[in-house]
Amino acid sequence: MKFITEFRQPELAAGLINQIKRQSKKSARLMEFCGGHTVTVFRYGIRQALPPILTMVSGPGCPVCVTDMADLDKAIALAQVPGVIITTFGDMLKVPGSHSSLQAAKAAGADVRTVYSTTDALQIARENSDQKVIFLGIGFETTSPTVAASVLRAREERLTNYYILSMNKVSPPAIRALLDSGEVKLDGLICPGHVSTITGARPWGEIADEYGIPCVIAGFEPLDVLQAVSMLVGQVEGREARVEIAYRRGVRPEGNPAAREMMDRVFEPAPARWRGLGEIPESGLKLRAEYAAYDAEKNFDIPQMSSAEPPGCICGEILRGVKTPRDCTLFRKTCTPEHPVGPCMVSSEGSCAADYLYGGDLGG
Amino acid sequence: MEDRILLAHGSGGRLAHDLVGSCFIKTLANPLLEMLDDAATFEASGRLAFTTDSYTISPIFFPGGDIGKLAVCGTVNDLSMSGAIPRYLSLGLIIEEGLLVSDLKRIADSIRATAEAAGVQIITGDTKVVERGSADGIFINTSGIGVVPEGVNISGANARPGDKVILSGPIGDHGIAILSQREGLSFHTTLQSDCAPLGDLVARMLAASKDIRCLRDPTRGGLATTLNELADKSQAGILINETAIPVRDEVAGACEMLGLDPLYIANEGKLIAIVPAGDADRILAAMQDHQYGRDAVIIGEVTGEHPGRVVMKTSLGTSRIVDMLTGDPLPRIC
Amino acid sequence: MCLAVPVFIKAINENDAEVDIGGITRRISIELTPEARVGDYAIVHSGYAINILDQKEAEETLRLLGEMIAISEVNEN
Repeated sequence: MKFITEFRQPELAAGLINQIKRQSKKSARLMEFCGGHTVTVFRYGIRQALPPILTMVSGPGCPVCVTDMADLDKAIALAQVPGVIITTFGDMLKVPGSHSSLQAAKAAGADVRTVYSTTDALQIARENSDQKVIFLGIGFETTSPTVAASVLRAREERLTNYYILSMNKVSPPAIRALLDSGEVKLDGLICPGHVSTITGARPWGEIADEYGIPCVIAGFEPLDVLQAVSMLVGQVEGREARVEIAYRRGVRPEGNPAAREMMDRVFEPAPARWRGLGEIPESGLKLRAEYAAYDAEKNFDIPQMSSAEPPGCICGEILRGVKTPRDCTLFRKTCTPEHPVGPCMVSSEGSCAADYLYGGDLGG
Repeated sequence: MEDRILLAHGSGGRLAHDLVGSCFIKTLANPLLEMLDDAATFEASGRLAFTTDSYTISPIFFPGGDIGKLAVCGTVNDLSMSGAIPRYLSLGLIIEEGLLVSDLKRIADSIRATAEAAGVQIITGDTKVVERGSADGIFINTSGIGVVPEGVNISGANARPGDKVILSGPIGDHGIAILSQREGLSFHTTLQSDCAPLGDLVARMLAASKDIRCLRDPTRGGLATTLNELADKSQAGILINETAIPVRDEVAGACEMLGLDPLYIANEGKLIAIVPAGDADRILAAMQDHQYGRDAVIIGEVTGEHPGRVVMKTSLGTSRIVDMLTGDPLPRIC
Repeated sequence: MCLAVPVFIKAINENDAEVDIGGITRRISIELTPEARVGDYAIVHSGYAINILDQKEAEETLRLLGEMIAISEVNEN
């Protein structure tokens, strides 16, 4: 497939790995923020291929993993309201809430439908005018413009049965919170490629400057990740700290202004609770007042519920890169992909799921 | 207004008799079935194989097949995977009130055609009708009986280090063809389910070599899950090459778009064979000579290392573990 | 996060495009990439194009990677 297979060529990979081995003299800890990068790293055995002085740590860039339990409980409660159709990305279906999950709610009779796009959710709203269609907004800057676009479309078409439960978040505040906490010492950041397609390089340039940490924006094919590692090692060895775009075919320095404009039109920053990181100001997105008609929070009576983290679950620490799945007493014993306790195991790009599926005792 | 199945059709009365008669007896036409005794009786000798499976797929008509074809192939293939020659099938139907009679007739025709292609006879059956909402259109159960020829000993526990692993063709066709019909995920493809009866293919393979160790069809859970089952049963390691595994462009494209891994997508007309290294080429040639084995290829081998685990050499040249599927592969955005 | 794939734009109809990846076709929205043209490759995330893929940059990256590896091999020898 064009622009995919070329970036998986084994000879180029071998060359990059050799390059990295040659360049790398200082030990360095690199964090990949984005769940998509976690999957690539695991799926192609990249950790094992890198020299041991390079450590790769997974960060909180998995929207499912960082969705607060209380938010998930809200979504599940909404699913049980008569006349409601919940439309959601597949990722959310099996995440365990305090008492249930969307999948369990569906099994008990709730109308929960997996969609690939907000365009599909809009179509469901058009076809079911007597029911209320709530779209569960999760994701970072890559996804938020698509949610915004759907709200604008709904307004244009005068749909009165389309709502968003916004759990959408923005990435830089979380990375800053992580760096501020000083819990994990990081020598480089592999920045999220498709988030950057929207945001451009600026937010990462600011982080590089303020925290003195090398930032490289990477694509998602294995060569992209290896190239980014090589560029980060170059900066580490050269004692530099700036932002570089490795994913040049997918990211323009200015990002996608049209997408950002749409996002800003519909959403405004709000505080948000991130699982494992607590509440971070200005890190979430909520619908602006003029779009209240599409805001599930304003149109449904959502009971306040107390949500509790399951005992023994250390997803929070794993998300912050402080612990690894192997440090968790539940990992592989009571917490497995079939019976996940925490979100890091449910999401296919959560660290625990990735480790479970691909990590294996192959020195992973 | 088209004719639909009513609850009365399942109650054993005149309506039921007429339905069963017109839809099935006439269509499936064979002497054992036509006797319509409470049980079919027949002679059989040798080692018998017996299997059962239920089919609940939705949509019931999909590109490349339907629930009827699937119900025959699935059970026939289970028999074939134990080395048995499939002979007789039973057919149990649970029909949802409201199913179009024309749909039922279409399914019956499909069952007939598939049974004929597979060389099996449906010799006994049952029909029930349940209230609207209690079944997804129609559920089918088929049980099958086959005869295992002398000298054939196929079992998941038989794999030994040095054996070769053969895959009969491209993976993921069925699962992606079904997904393409799912509301909310609509994408267009010419991809068809690979649903097919493999009895004849297996017969050719056994004619090439009676020493086939293991046969399994990678249905739900895909290639990865089935290889793991074999590795576990045999307590041996399996090593496969990602670049050797055939995947159609459309399957690869759909998987990229939806964030799925072809290794975990269901197949309904493929098989994995674990065979002694010395016989591999001969068996492969026999497979490639058959319509359901044209793209057969050796994808790996059995090893004494990492017993019970499946390891894959990735297209990048690195190695990683391939685990079983857990749960349903869900399309994702992340 | 952000599963997004490069697709080929076959046709455009106002805010929508018909795209192809590996022979799979789908209708997607180009509301976020109004500059999209037939014949472009776009990066699509959950049913929306988020960027037009820069083919020149793609080729350049591959060329650079190949070159860099050739140079370091020479250095090694």
